[in-house]
Amino acid sequence: MNTESIGWWGVVIGILAGAVRGGTPFLLVSLGECLTEKCGKINLGLEGTLLVGAMSAYAISYKTGNPWIGVAAAAGAGAVMGALHAFLVSRPKVNDIAAGIAMLIFGSGLAFYLGKPFIQPSAPQLPGLELGGWSAMPQVAAALKISPIFLLGIALAFLLQWAFRSTRFGLRVRAVGDSPAAARALGISVGRTRLLGITLGSALSGIGGAHLSLFYPGAWTEAISSGQGLMAVALVIFARWNPVHCLYASLLFGGAQAIGPSLQAVGVSTGYYLWNASPYVLTLAVMIATCSTRRTLAGAPGALGVPG
Amino acid sequence: MNSAQPSEAPGALLADATATVPGPVPVAKWRWRSTAEAIAIPVAAVLAAGLLFGLFCLVQGRNPFSVFAAIYKAAFGSGYSFQNTLVRASPLMLTALCTALPARLGLVIIGNEGALVVGGLGAVAAGLLVAGSPAPVVWAAMALAGFGVGGLWIGAAGLLHYRRGVNETISSLLMNYIAIAVMNHLVNGPMRDPASLNKPSSYPIPDDRMLPPIGETNVHYGILFGLVACVLAWFLMEQTTFGFKVRMVGGNIRAARLAGLPVSRLGWITCLLAGGAAGLAGMIEVAAVHGRANESLAAGYGYAGILVAFVARHRGLPIILVSVLLGGILASGGILQRQFQLPDATILVFQGLVFLMILLSDSMYGRFGLFKEKDAA
Repeated sequence: MNTESIGWWGVVIGILAGAVRGGTPFLLVSLGECLTEKCGKINLGLEGTLLVGAMSAYAISYKTGNPWIGVAAAAGAGAVMGALHAFLVSRPKVNDIAAGIAMLIFGSGLAFYLGKPFIQPSAPQLPGLELGGWSAMPQVAAALKISPIFLLGIALAFLLQWAFRSTRFGLRVRAVGDSPAAARALGISVGRTRLLGITLGSALSGIGGAHLSLFYPGAWTEAISSGQGLMAVALVIFARWNPVHCLYASLLFGGAQAIGPSLQAVGVSTGYYLWNASPYVLTLAVMIATCSTRRTLAGAPGALGVPG
Repeated sequence: MNSAQPSEAPGALLADATATVPGPVPVAKWRWRSTAEAIAIPVAAVLAAGLLFGLFCLVQGRNPFSVFAAIYKAAFGSGYSFQNTLVRASPLMLTALCTALPARLGLVIIGNEGALVVGGLGAVAAGLLVAGSPAPVVWAAMALAGFGVGGLWIGAAGLLHYRRGVNETISSLLMNYIAIAVMNHLVNGPMRDPASLNKPSSYPIPDDRMLPPIGETNVHYGILFGLVACVLAWFLMEQTTFGFKVRMVGGNIRAARLAGLPVSRLGWITCLLAGGAAGLAGMIEVAAVHGRANESLAAGYGYAGILVAFVARHRGLPIILVSVLLGGILASGGILQRQFQLPDATILVFQGLVFLMILLSDSMYGRFGLFKEKDAA
């Protein structure tokens, strides 16, 4: 209704709002993937974990009437999926990428199967933080309604950054990810560290799923995720395995996703569908520009993708 | 690591190798124990998945035996259902090759869905362009366009891997989304048939220019594309020097480089063929099933093809068998919904269990004494 009066500012606000709202699931899954990859394993199945998290959060929030219990359930369900993935990839000769695809199929099947009865009813949603009360414009107020999970994600990004740099746990994770043999020689249990890292990482992406079903878009459907979980792997490469950079990358991707709809809202619908591809084109372009056959990417864990 | 001295002169290595060969090389005997192992372990894994799925049905209060009986009946129980299964198996054979061929090089390509979609788009565009020509010309143009566009799609991922070091799994995954966005753009814009209101689609291929069913059956000629492609893939990989070189690259890329193999060229040619196969799957979907390009193209045959390739251990001939099995399982989704009130995602759960068990079984090779070759010395 007010779209005409604010004109092109509507596009800017739409993109900024999209960056925060749409970027939150990206943030949680990319932090989860970052932790997983720092242990030296890839989890391509976070899309399945995200869906299981979204479904469990919605179902539990509906059953108990408390969305926060739903978030906890999402984290728990994500952790279970992560433990399963960690077990699979700890077996000899099991390719972690193939295991991720299997977990993706299994996880989405499980989420759709168990979530079937919860498509209709509406579950209590997470409360948003109204930071836009000062503005008279409803668009600005709506854009500044912040998800509590977004704030959690920001805190986690800095916490993970600090943990990798300055804690015993972070050092162990990095050691296991860079050189499992050296870590083993130091008496660090590679299996246990990876189990912990992958499980925690999956729990984070479960929470990302809770944002989808309990905040924005705020319902449980089978089409709730548009590949945010799959994108996590690309995002982490984009962010060079740095949790704080994951935050920036997620905001960028969330914003890029919102370009098409925001332009459409002011009547520009040329290339609407092509704009939807912008996050993927962006990632591909960055990878082509920065990768090299002669060296691994700066920041990449040394044992990433190496079997064993 | 075993390849610690890459600086060693190739000549020295060769001299060393000839010195250690003891007398005449023994004639290769048929190693039936390894063959038996390669069959027994995947079969056991699928059975284990079936057991778990049966437990899952039991927990959901359904009799697992009647569920399996219904799946069997819906997939292979009658001539009609078997034809339905074969129609679903045809694109699976082709998309499976998209993962299987590069896997022999050691690449993990998961861009099957995207290659299928762009292949289908290319096929529709070519078909519409020459729609006035006789049917065989239209089919040839569509097949060529589907193969070419799909091949370029995955070939690009291969080229990026060898020239720029871009991870082929991630790039092909990203390209799936780009393909679907391009398709949505085209069928909502330049290629849109104004008559398609609810489901934006391209202009249709004329009915008499579509791939017909074979004889009196419902099975279209696309199944021949699938069968021929799988047999050719088997021949190429197991019987030709090209295939031998590819397997050598997959076995040890450093050794292959040292032996002077053109690793990069082998790589992108294999990726081109792989993408071409998935593009053909898109072609048969538009030319024999949908008649036009729309969102039905991205129906998940690409992702299911990844599963087929891994279950068949990336071998051409087993892909045929596994595709028919999975085609049957996919065809039974409707029955489970109608007869047992199980949601259609049940099939996805079953697929996931099969995939997990197959992967877990990978760590079982070489564990059983029964399958150890006795003539190792």
